[in-house]
Amino acid sequence: MALQTPSLELGAPVMAPAAATATRGYWQSVRRRLARDPVTIVCAVVLILIVASSLAAPWLGLADPYKTSMIRRLNALGSPGHLLGTDELGRDMLARLIYGGRLSLFMGVTPVACALLIGGLLGITAGFLGGRTNMLIMRTMDVFYAFPSVLLAISLSGAMGAGAENTLLALSLVFIPPICRVSESVTTQVRGFDFVDAARASGAPSLTIVRVHVLGNVLGPILVYATSLISVAIILAAGLSFLGLGVKPPEPEWGLMLNTLRQAIYVNPVLAALPGVMIFFTSICFNLMSDGLRAAMDVKA
Amino acid sequence: MSNLLEVRDLCVTFVTPDRTVHAVNGMSFDLRRGETLGILGESGSGKSVTLRSILRLHPERRTRWSGSIRLEGDEVLEMGPRALSDLRGGRVAMIFQEPATAFDPVFTIGQQIAETIRRHTGKSDTDAWRRARELLELVRIPSPAQRLKAYPHEMSGGMRQRAMIALALSCNPSLLLADEPTTALDATVQIQVLLLVRELQREFDLGVIFVTHDIGVAVEVSDRIGVMYAGKIIEMAPVAEMVDAPQHPYSRGLLASTVHGGMRGQRLEAIPGAPPDLATAPTACSFAPRCRFAEARCTAAPPPLAAVAEGHQVRCVLAA
Repeated sequence: MALQTPSLELGAPVMAPAAATATRGYWQSVRRRLARDPVTIVCAVVLILIVASSLAAPWLGLADPYKTSMIRRLNALGSPGHLLGTDELGRDMLARLIYGGRLSLFMGVTPVACALLIGGLLGITAGFLGGRTNMLIMRTMDVFYAFPSVLLAISLSGAMGAGAENTLLALSLVFIPPICRVSESVTTQVRGFDFVDAARASGAPSLTIVRVHVLGNVLGPILVYATSLISVAIILAAGLSFLGLGVKPPEPEWGLMLNTLRQAIYVNPVLAALPGVMIFFTSICFNLMSDGLRAAMDVKA
Repeated sequence: MSNLLEVRDLCVTFVTPDRTVHAVNGMSFDLRRGETLGILGESGSGKSVTLRSILRLHPERRTRWSGSIRLEGDEVLEMGPRALSDLRGGRVAMIFQEPATAFDPVFTIGQQIAETIRRHTGKSDTDAWRRARELLELVRIPSPAQRLKAYPHEMSGGMRQRAMIALALSCNPSLLLADEPTTALDATVQIQVLLLVRELQREFDLGVIFVTHDIGVAVEVSDRIGVMYAGKIIEMAPVAEMVDAPQHPYSRGLLASTVHGGMRGQRLEAIPGAPPDLATAPTACSFAPRCRFAEARCTAAPPPLAAVAEGHQVRCVLAA
């Protein structure tokens, strides 16, 4: 049987010229891909504007958002001194919308961050350990999953009473199961990759594998997913306030404003829609931006 | 010369609530320092399981081991966590089949090599990076300083496999395990990687176990070849003898079923049937149901390992 020995010399590097091109880092290529995606950039800019203005609200020289006036109730948009008109108690709408963003954004981001921490931890544990631990954690999550999220949030804050803290708690609980499920499935997928075996074969202890390799690969997808949840959280928080289960008046908050301006809808419909417009823009921007991030961060080519 | 690795009666069984798989059923072989053993067999014959057993990579809870694996006299199957993590990557290193997935996509090649060096040698960051650079030079990766900063997806398959070899050699192991390292590469790159492995093996006096299902590759790199079937080595012989005079019907079939030059128009030989289900431990010759020469005694008891020549053993009643 003739199995000829190949006579290929190894000495000279075969692919030397190709290596001359400078290599780009992961984040650099992500940035480059983002730069070519105008939708994501516009959304990010709008979001930054909304976040920055609500953070800087006290220094923007706005009118007092709590100051009522019996004379100037429900002024139309563009009336003198009140760019966006006044609400049913004569408070400046522009100030209230910007101040309201503080609470609404806070109510959107905080529960997702809490849920990210708890749900992510549970999900990664379940995914990495597998077996019975996985069963226990994931079936518990399924119980929470059985309730529609809106219903669960309403019943939780209904049971605990109105107020910002209880809304936060209720929303965090609502978001733990989906985040847990996503992190569990991504972890399970990552655990099956060769590089986890390779890390183990090179002597890495389990904790290092989880901390370095699993977390490094799982964090991206979970963060992107969490960004898309922020919009849901903002809508849910606004919904709870609208139902009187969230923030209490006279705090400015978009959901609550939408509720109180409800009666004004026949007098000045544009004014009544303004908080809704803010909610809409903020949540759609979060959604589109998370889509763009997902596309940009997906390398694995 | 004493043996680097001695495997005796190794049995590996995977137990899950649903089923039991007897993946390896009594493997015994020796490996000397500086020797390359090729393990040849079809999918599911237990090649990779054997290889991973040497590093104890199988999930502890679901795996039952028996027999013995001795590396330089130390029993691997009885090692504690400390000794085990010393063994993995330190004394024994492994290269994987898929260079595309064997590196973590979110870290650079340099980070991954340096991390392993730091873990095993306690070297400083700078020293570890310098060593990583030397290693990339050693495996002939051009412009190594730049490649250290590259992410795995920015490199070609062949280059990734070279980097994998660099990673494996980073802590001066005495035994290198190669799990079909050339299967995922195209032919020209395959040869380069094989030659590299062979050259480095000579340079560092490594013991190498090279698992493959490609006979050409096995013949190219090995000093000895063991043919595996259903979790056992059924024939073990020096390369030349294995190619010229295979004794076991399965080895003969395997060697006859390769395509090589000067065969145009000839009918390719195939071994009929499929490998056995390993749900129960074999009680007879596992190959008997597919064997052309099977007799009554083949199904009565498992055939013993018979020596037919110096260093040539066959597990078949017909050869004895």
